[in-house]
Amino acid sequence: MEDKIIKQISLFAENKPGRLANIANNFRKSGINIRAFTIAEAGDFGIIRMVVDRPEDAHKMLHNAGFTVSETNVLGVEMEDVPGGLGKIADVLGERNINIDYAYAFVTKTEKALLILRVNDIEGAILVLQGAGIRMIDMADIQQI
Amino acid sequence: MKEYWNPWIERMPISELEKIQEKKLSDLVNYVYQHSGFYRKRFDAAGVKPGDIKTLADLKKLPFTYKSDLRETYPTGMFCVPNEQLVRFHVSSGTTGKPTVVGYTQNDIDVWTTSLARAMTSIGVGRGDIVQVGYGYGLFTGGLGAHYGAEEVGATVLPVSSGNTERQIELMQDLRSTVIACTPSYFLFMNEVSSQAGISIETDTQLRVGIFGAEPWTEEMRRRIQESTGIKAYDIYGTSELSGPLFTECMYQDGIHIWADQFLIEVIDPATGEQLPDGERGELVITTLAKEALPLIRYRIGDITVINREECKCGRTHPRIMRVLGRVDDMLIIRGINVFPGQIESVLMKIPQVGEHFMIVVDRVNELDVMKVQIEMTDEAFSDKVNDIMALEAKVSSALKHVLNLAVKVELVEKGSLPRSMGKAKRVIDNRKL
Repeated sequence: MEDKIIKQISLFAENKPGRLANIANNFRKSGINIRAFTIAEAGDFGIIRMVVDRPEDAHKMLHNAGFTVSETNVLGVEMEDVPGGLGKIADVLGERNINIDYAYAFVTKTEKALLILRVNDIEGAILVLQGAGIRMIDMADIQQI
Repeated sequence: MKEYWNPWIERMPISELEKIQEKKLSDLVNYVYQHSGFYRKRFDAAGVKPGDIKTLADLKKLPFTYKSDLRETYPTGMFCVPNEQLVRFHVSSGTTGKPTVVGYTQNDIDVWTTSLARAMTSIGVGRGDIVQVGYGYGLFTGGLGAHYGAEEVGATVLPVSSGNTERQIELMQDLRSTVIACTPSYFLFMNEVSSQAGISIETDTQLRVGIFGAEPWTEEMRRRIQESTGIKAYDIYGTSELSGPLFTECMYQDGIHIWADQFLIEVIDPATGEQLPDGERGELVITTLAKEALPLIRYRIGDITVINREECKCGRTHPRIMRVLGRVDDMLIIRGINVFPGQIESVLMKIPQVGEHFMIVVDRVNELDVMKVQIEMTDEAFSDKVNDIMALEAKVSSALKHVLNLAVKVELVEKGSLPRSMGKAKRVIDNRKL
């Protein structure tokens, strides 16, 4: 079950010009690849969430550069890139009363779309999704995207 | 280790101390009337003759002196001795106006040094200690004051002055400093820099005592400093007009001992100038009983405090002033409500998720004062859920509202983004054009 958990990097940033450029520069310099990325903005600040190929290195690098950063356990769920793909996943989690804290999606080079999910009960969610025959990716998959 | 620097004077019964004060006060008014045109004019205008001042109860007949008097008589118009008797000048930073000049005779330096020797002894600093002085040396009184006091008690002084933080930490380790004297905000910065370098002040240095002052700080900040660095943090008090840093708390950390044989203190209502009974909060007024070059009569120092004349657990009989909440000059008036930065610090430091750095920003929007408090996000408080962060902002805002009775906008900013200070911390940005 552990191997289905993906380490997402979460970062606190003020909503100011140049902040994102600064973060991106740090990634470029250390050769870390961003696979999926989203910003949740709330007025004066934003939370940058991303899935990267080397989360531990990224965490260390950002921390040393002075950022407030944490690792969060999320799931990477494969969706059929067709209408109704998202609905199916939301349905099975909702039926088991598992709440989605937030989600963001991206499309890979293959026919699949990937949905990154943070839920209130990650182990429960893995069981439910596996039971419904929905495939989840692991860190090895992330590195190969 | 010595318990008292001068046990006879420090433990003298209050009634005897008051006799000394009465004698010195009466000598002082004669002295200034004779030697200073400024005081003569001031006394005459108030209709007071030196002969009118016989007991301590007569003190209230004397007119106040103000910081503005020192500015208006810049540079040396209030001095009572000719320049050739001076051994030193210090010049205040002028943070709240034009600079002021203080002159010292040799005796003034000796009195200052003795005051600090008593204070340092009362917190267990003496022979065998390495005192790292991180206050600025030069025109500012902090560096040289702490330096002379520490040498007097037989300690070894490491005169680093302020700034050069990596060097401070390196020397603290290599020369095994046991005492640090600097502003509390600078010490917090040192702690931050050393942690980043993987050095723990608690386990990797010999530091055991901090002598912190030159800016107001709170009991809550003391707790933070003591818990995060394992040292005992003591408040030091004074101002350049009085000579410099002069007084500290004793080991019991329960108020600052003001040496009654050298200084006479009272607390007044700042609005009416009336003396207030002991135990009531008001503006501190100090009369210097032993200064020669620049004696000050009923000097309105501008700090808000409470006098406690009960004998201290340490056995010292001299009156204490309880923690200074803030200087009248630092007080902000927001929509008619008085706010001291210290009140805000005290609220913030009680909330574990809030770090030690903050900034108060005041603006006027549509004719209305708006106060914003910026606090830094910490690793411990960070959550990747927006709601959690907004809940923290709301929690801080509601705690501030509860104490200040004011709506305060709380803004979390990035770690390390607020300015760090090597001297007196700047905690307020007032953008109002008043």
